[in-house]
Amino acid sequence: MKIRVLSSGLLSTIQDKGRWGFQAIGMPVAGAMDLYSLKIGNILSGNPENAAALEITFKGPTLEVIHGEGLLSCTGADLGLRINDRPCPLWRSITLTAGDQVSFSGLDGKGCRGYLCFSGGIDVPQVMNSRSTYLRGGIGGMNGRAISSGDLLETGPLPYLWKRTAGLECPHHLIPDLFNDLPFRVIPGPQEDKFTDQGKNTFYSSVYTVTDLADRMGFRLKGTPVEHISSADIISDAIPLGAVQIPGHGQPIVMMADRQTTGGYAKIGVMSSVDVYRLAQKLPGEKIRFTRITLEEALYIRSLMEQTILEMKRVRAKYRSRILPKDHFSGDLSGTFSVVLDGVVHRIDWEEKF
Amino acid sequence: MGDSSDFRVLQGGDNCIIIDFGEEISMGLNRKVHNLKNWISKKQYPGIIETVPTYRSLAVYFDPDKFDLKYFSGDVQKVEPPILDSFPPERKIIHIPVSYGNHFGPDLTDVAEYHGLTMEKVIQIHSRPIYHCYMLGFTPGFAYLGGMDERIATPRLTEPRKAIPSGSVGIAGHQTGIYPIESPGGWKIIGRTPLKLFDPSADPPVMILSGWGVRFYPVPTDKYEAIKEMVLSGRYEPEITAREDR
Repeated sequence: MKIRVLSSGLLSTIQDKGRWGFQAIGMPVAGAMDLYSLKIGNILSGNPENAAALEITFKGPTLEVIHGEGLLSCTGADLGLRINDRPCPLWRSITLTAGDQVSFSGLDGKGCRGYLCFSGGIDVPQVMNSRSTYLRGGIGGMNGRAISSGDLLETGPLPYLWKRTAGLECPHHLIPDLFNDLPFRVIPGPQEDKFTDQGKNTFYSSVYTVTDLADRMGFRLKGTPVEHISSADIISDAIPLGAVQIPGHGQPIVMMADRQTTGGYAKIGVMSSVDVYRLAQKLPGEKIRFTRITLEEALYIRSLMEQTILEMKRVRAKYRSRILPKDHFSGDLSGTFSVVLDGVVHRIDWEEKF
Repeated sequence: MGDSSDFRVLQGGDNCIIIDFGEEISMGLNRKVHNLKNWISKKQYPGIIETVPTYRSLAVYFDPDKFDLKYFSGDVQKVEPPILDSFPPERKIIHIPVSYGNHFGPDLTDVAEYHGLTMEKVIQIHSRPIYHCYMLGFTPGFAYLGGMDERIATPRLTEPRKAIPSGSVGIAGHQTGIYPIESPGGWKIIGRTPLKLFDPSADPPVMILSGWGVRFYPVPTDKYEAIKEMVLSGRYEPEITAREDR
């Protein structure tokens, strides 16, 4: 498909799972803020789960398909998706053809980041193995910037069996629970010993408000200051996704997709990655709490997300083979392998034909 | 998660562990970090996405589905001190022109006042040593430099600035460095270089590499502008010399 951008929305960037592998030269990872929604959306559109999609923020863009046909799935927050000016549900794939218009009527107060996953993914050049936009460095995505009106988006080759994927819905129990008020789970971090007992107690028992300085780089929070033993400064150390840094003023900053690779403020802990994706949906002014969990618990929580993604792929495979009798389903219906031919690694996706 | 005599293995969330050698800036300690990085990369543990060296630690990012954290944590304890303490790094010196003070270095007066020095003295102290690049991090191409004179060590701002222009040269505690791209940050800014430290179309995309020596030299504003013009038109070649000592 070729898609023209009629209006850009507030901040619409091309993102995939992020630019991993270059943090040693200081290259931030970037990637989808709510990676969970991106993955489900890509599966719904018949894509590999980490294909490049459009991350839209607060106010969605207006797009028009000018050539070709394919699928669109919108996941994450509901920014008021409309197709040809009619309301349209999220979490399902819709067939688009030339002339169709995609627009957004506004937030419903729950969440702020949506994902527009087109079949074939958005085809922009890879920079350092990723199509993710890193805005501050001006690299990746659409020439290193957010999309703007007049841009032309092209999707990659249509994925295998895309027509059979049309209309696929994410079952209710597999839709990520992104908008609840549960506490955000934090694994004690590398500099927890830089904080007083009272400081740690404050952090895990207080309510913090998301400030208006909450962007792709980090979420600054406001609440009761967290007390350090002496100084907030450390000799610079790596900053993992979801690291909770607390500078001298005592107010936590949760480090998000566009975070710096390293930094010099003490980290009281690191948020469970599943909860980082949930935090990405919080609006300025919303209140959040933290709870302390073990690494084992965090790995278990993460494995549940991985299982959900796997289950969504099974649902897709069943959906695509829906005309066959039920007793046919045993074993895998699709998969991926790589093969080396003349020294070049080729990735092959396969899917059982019916 | 287990410690050796040299380091502690710390939790960094559900896809990262941090092997920490301690709160210290020293060549000896940084060498251990880089040696451990090399040792891990040779072992080719399945599930490791990347390793990120800093002054004092090595972050190991992993895919929890493919990485055996317990096995790795146990294995890493067996690394012997002679492995950690070996290796002579490659040494080059890059010479970086800097326009100190005025609007390029808004915190130069603060740094001078904090230590009861003149601005000229701060510039002289800052531009004398050959700094050692311990690591790159924070943003693309940001070189963390060691070897700054204690006489100009100054704490960070308590409230970080929201935007610091690219090329800004700053001081944070005992560290000095250059902001390669515009970004928020809490360093005290004393000057600016016209050089482009990060360029994604260049190979390598960064100008200063880990292990290099770095020297700053003061230039007046008109010279800064002249170099800036050459940089923008792609005609500027940074001065790089060989490091003689060690």
